[in-house]
Amino acid sequence: MSLSLFLLQLVNGVEYGLLLFLVASGLTLIFGVLGVLNFAHGSFYMLGAYLAYWIADRTGSLAVAILVGVPLMALLGLLVERLAIARLYARDHLSQVLLTYGLILLFNELQRTLFGSDVHGVEIPRALAFRIPLGDQEWPAYRVATALACLAVALAMRQAILRTRFGMRVRAGASNAEMVEALGIDVRRLFSSLFAAGAALAALAGMLAAPLTTVYPGMGESVLILSFVVVVIGGIGSIKGAFLGALLVGLSDTFGKVLLPGFASAMVYAVMAAVLVFRPRGLLGQQA
Amino acid sequence: MSAPVVSRRTLLGATAASLLARRAFAATSAKLRIGLLLPYSGTYAALGNNITDAMKLAAQELGGKLGGREIEWVAVDDESDPAKAPANVNKLIAGEKVDILTGPVHSGVAMAMMQIVRQEKVLTIVTNAGAQAVTGTLCVPHVFRTSFSNWQTSYPCAEVMLKAGHKKAVLMFWNYAFGQESMAAFKEGYAKGGGSIMKEIAVPFPTTEFQANLSEIAALKPDAVFVFFAGAGAAKFVKDYDGAGLRGKIPLYGSGFLTDGVLAAEGPAAEGVKTTLHYADGLDNPANKRFREAFQKATGRSADVYAVAGYDTVHVLGQALGRVQGDTGAQKDLIAALEAARIDSPRGPFRFSKAHNPVQNIYLREVKGGKEVVLGIAMKDAEDPAAGCAMNAPPSELRPSPAQPAPPAK
Repeated sequence: MSLSLFLLQLVNGVEYGLLLFLVASGLTLIFGVLGVLNFAHGSFYMLGAYLAYWIADRTGSLAVAILVGVPLMALLGLLVERLAIARLYARDHLSQVLLTYGLILLFNELQRTLFGSDVHGVEIPRALAFRIPLGDQEWPAYRVATALACLAVALAMRQAILRTRFGMRVRAGASNAEMVEALGIDVRRLFSSLFAAGAALAALAGMLAAPLTTVYPGMGESVLILSFVVVVIGGIGSIKGAFLGALLVGLSDTFGKVLLPGFASAMVYAVMAAVLVFRPRGLLGQQA
Repeated sequence: MSAPVVSRRTLLGATAASLLARRAFAATSAKLRIGLLLPYSGTYAALGNNITDAMKLAAQELGGKLGGREIEWVAVDDESDPAKAPANVNKLIAGEKVDILTGPVHSGVAMAMMQIVRQEKVLTIVTNAGAQAVTGTLCVPHVFRTSFSNWQTSYPCAEVMLKAGHKKAVLMFWNYAFGQESMAAFKEGYAKGGGSIMKEIAVPFPTTEFQANLSEIAALKPDAVFVFFAGAGAAKFVKDYDGAGLRGKIPLYGSGFLTDGVLAAEGPAAEGVKTTLHYADGLDNPANKRFREAFQKATGRSADVYAVAGYDTVHVLGQALGRVQGDTGAQKDLIAALEAARIDSPRGPFRFSKAHNPVQNIYLREVKGGKEVVLGIAMKDAEDPAAGCAMNAPPSELRPSPAQPAPPAK
């Protein structure tokens, strides 16, 4: 492999990893703070992508779709939390899995009724429909833009969690929810808004990915599985871990395809297994 | 002069004959039960619905009757799940007692179905799944296929590419039966014409993250790329190929599923993509025009390659059942009638090969201005080689006549 091709594959892997991070961050947040195993997280990704298609198709602008769609999806997240998830905080993980799996079926049916079973394309915004030369190859500008957007969201999340009052409460809620409640903070509301944020993040990822992946039934499930891999590698509940995990998954998937094509589909899981052998709670999980 | 003696034997014979006649009468007056084993939910739901609606449209054109018998449809959602296929097939054959079984879309379901119908002897018509084995190693006289074999969708493309001067190609495909069979057929044709394959990229199904492999293709700089992807994966691939700046630099070819049904989703990224298939929406013949108009009117949707297979299934059945007066019990005659059937399909002339796969034209199509334009016929009367099918062998090999004893063993 020539150096320029190696660098290009490196960029491919990082770009893929950053998009995975956007989905996985919401999943790990919800599990880390709320203690809920949310199988329906992939559905938010899928619904985000469909919303991007539906709005962009009518307004001709992906930016409008994101500006309108993300708050809508946050609202949906709030609704789901209030109506369903909130009843399960005290229950064990099995009940949560059953409920959120049921939500997957519900959302898939909703998607089928509203949008049908066809595959849909979303136009790349005109301003980004060009290519950037990279050595003797080219790289689509929209991919660079999504990578940068994901990176920006990651940094913003870091700032929000470390520097804001909301972030402080989230961190406190993650370590001891009862104590936080005793201090007079409405944990219920905190949890609701956090769940909504998680749903919005997944939807944003779906919207950004829509022009690249096209929009199709069942697109949420494949992302869900990879997100779980990212979360497990990174350490459940750790945002920073999810970031590292996502990059690791992105890179190992990309290089696995190029260097070990026969093993490509198992590569990501082999990496996960290897990480778990040495760090059973993931890269940055709280070690027992 | 001797009085006619009614022997016991003639009496028995007459009784049997009248019984047979009554049975035949019962068979022709009862409703004809046609089983549909198709996906009505999940990713392939749209395909299942189009096949079903096209079958009903054809039945309506034939006056709602086949061979004088009214049709009763018995549909089962196969969910494209091979694991559920045995139960679903049994439900239709043993439970619903269908006279004719049709379907499915998914090749995995078709393979499971074949295992059962080979035992059960129910007349079966495969309306989509292209697995080679259906009319190859697993072929039996009472199974027909009205769609295509994977070989037919890919083999002709090799010659097309060689004719265009593309001698070095990269292959990329989803690594499951459909993709593998398509690639094998393509390689057979490509090697025969002197082409060489620079690299084969097998992508695990149903992965759609292609970027790494596209960078690789750009570095390899082949004359052309031949791929197999379908549905959402096809749409994603065509967009990524364009996104990586490869469109316009390295010509992209594929079997028709690369663009069929997903052309709108692919948008301008599909411009210039050339594919081979046994049908094209814009095929210019009277039967196709009639069919497309009628389908649009009946369903409000556009017809596609899947609908054509459903439509032809009923028309070919109508012709054959007409010849046996609707008697599905006379299976040998019905099979012979199907083998002799010729229809003027929306796809062009249609008949069955010895292995019961369609003999049909394969068209070369190119996406121009967002439409699939037919450039011409890539292979006329393409017939699947039906490797491994005993029905395909010359009769002498099938039944060694006793008059010519086998050569003594050495």
